[in-house]
Amino acid sequence: MANGGPQVDLAGIERVFRLGDSVVHALAGIDLAIDAGEYLSVMGPSGSGKSTLLNVLGLLDSPNAGTYRLEGRDVTTLSAAEQAGVRSRRIGFVFQSFHLVPRLTAAENIALPMMLAGIPAAERAPRVDKALADFGLADRARHRPDELSGGQRQRVAIARATVMQPAMLLADEPTGNLDRATGEEVIRLLEHLHEGGVTLIMVTHDQALGDRAHRRVYMEDGAIKRDSGRGTGRG
Amino acid sequence: MRTRDVFASAAGAAAGNPLRTLLLTLAMAIGVAAVVVLTALGDGARRYVMREFTALGSNLVIVLPGRTATGGINPASAITTTPRDLTVEDARAVARAPAALRVAPVVAGTSEMSVGGRLRDTLVLGTTAEFLDIRRFKLAQGRFLPVEDWDRGSPVMVIGARLRSDLFGAEPPLGQFVRVGERRFRVIGVLATSGSGLGMNTDELAIVPVALAQQMFNTSNLFRILVEARGRPAIEAAKRQATAILKERHGGEEDVTVITQDAVLATFDRLLGTLTLGVAGIAAISLAVAGILVMNVMLVSVTQRRAEIGLMKALGGSGGTIRLLFLVEAALLSLAGALGGYALGHAGAWVIRTLYPTLPAYPPDWAVLAALGTALVTGVLFGVMPARRAAALDPVLALARR
Repeated sequence: MANGGPQVDLAGIERVFRLGDSVVHALAGIDLAIDAGEYLSVMGPSGSGKSTLLNVLGLLDSPNAGTYRLEGRDVTTLSAAEQAGVRSRRIGFVFQSFHLVPRLTAAENIALPMMLAGIPAAERAPRVDKALADFGLADRARHRPDELSGGQRQRVAIARATVMQPAMLLADEPTGNLDRATGEEVIRLLEHLHEGGVTLIMVTHDQALGDRAHRRVYMEDGAIKRDSGRGTGRG
Repeated sequence: MRTRDVFASAAGAAAGNPLRTLLLTLAMAIGVAAVVVLTALGDGARRYVMREFTALGSNLVIVLPGRTATGGINPASAITTTPRDLTVEDARAVARAPAALRVAPVVAGTSEMSVGGRLRDTLVLGTTAEFLDIRRFKLAQGRFLPVEDWDRGSPVMVIGARLRSDLFGAEPPLGQFVRVGERRFRVIGVLATSGSGLGMNTDELAIVPVALAQQMFNTSNLFRILVEARGRPAIEAAKRQATAILKERHGGEEDVTVITQDAVLATFDRLLGTLTLGVAGIAAISLAVAGILVMNVMLVSVTQRRAEIGLMKALGGSGGTIRLLFLVEAALLSLAGALGGYALGHAGAWVIRTLYPTLPAYPPDWAVLAALGTALVTGVLFGVMPARRAAALDPVLALARR
């Protein structure tokens, strides 16, 4: 990093949901620092707050308290439009259920973040072609999501998440809807991207998958119970 | 997001759900078509009446016996039962008015006429040579009544085209004699076919000198005095002078009604214009209904596309971008509906014109512009709320659902 500090720096992050009379602390005082290029898995039982943590990291959710510094800049105080800009340029999302737009072809789905960022069509086309080739989807460019297999869909989703060349890739149960072999293939793809320098943060409740990460964070009741520690990353 | 991409995405989203798009477009189209067709009808009626009045002749001032409070035409003004009637002398006096270019006295009545064995009832008009120019009639054959002393008419007659064929068939009518009661008239001219003019069919008219018509109907009264003013600006002066002259001649009593074509025309124009406006207003309600439909469908669409909206936010789309996308989609749907309705409306107006050729049912430009504008504005206005809702959607919740 240019400033030498951690890429992600969470301090005292609280996220509280109110369900009727009861108050749920989805995140209770999270302190977490992640360096650029780390490969980190977040594990824990359902309702432990790991997805909420991912949403906060991805600026989809705002904490009720605490500060979040991304690349040295306090992003919790940014306006909604500014946060959208940060998501556009610095963060890529991979979802369990792929979240492809059904009426768009694979190529159009991949081009979506570039289109939202205002990149002209002429510049988008070569980048989409390259992404399609890189992810082995060249012959699937004109296919719609319902004409693709689960593995292909997730590859389109990953291509879409990385086409803006983000610094950080957030994956929420990326293999949850895939069979073992396809899941393995997708994980290898994500690990390959990590080897290219991207910070990879993956939420999973699959122990074997979580263990592959170089740094493992275990959550319970909105708090980090175990952390295998910083600096174990290869990158 | 680039403007081109915004439009392409919005159009793509609209095309992604063809049934929804079709129904919305149809609703908007029906609204616009209703405005176009109804205003075409209203304005067509206005133009029809205008045309019929203009056919009476321009710069026309009509003097009728009797005083009507409203100054308009009513059935009573057709019956000459007022104490002091109009006479040929009156007409002669009016002709001396400086603003009057031409004056023609008119006597009217129905009479039976015969040629050989053929009998026919027809409307006989007694008037003078000036009548032809005042009423802008055209002759198909021969000439009109000669210029002569109004009190001593020659026994000549000018007949309408229909009357000519009824009485003479294929024979040449000029120079032939027609018997009306005790008298015989020589046919000297035939009017060109002109169709009907406000109920008076000139094709079935027989025109004779005013003095002979008065003898024929045993009256010294006139049905009308037609005055042609010296140009449009002189119409008011002609009206004033004619009224003044007749008032003086009738012992200071204003017992005639003087109407100008302009006044009648203006009244009808205003009346039918208002009618068209009212009809357009009623039709515009359907546009508002279509607008509410746009809002409803767009709201449903926002709910259906929650995941997509959440995804766009996750991929870096700002609330403003998403609001814009939904607004543009609503605008595009409205535009498509408006254009479809415009075509539909013109097709409807065409059908009306085909069925009723005399009715010039063309929608006025202002109505078409207003309908298209209203459709777009309604579509966008009613699109604002769904668009705002889409923009305000929490991406975490939107993405959590499948």
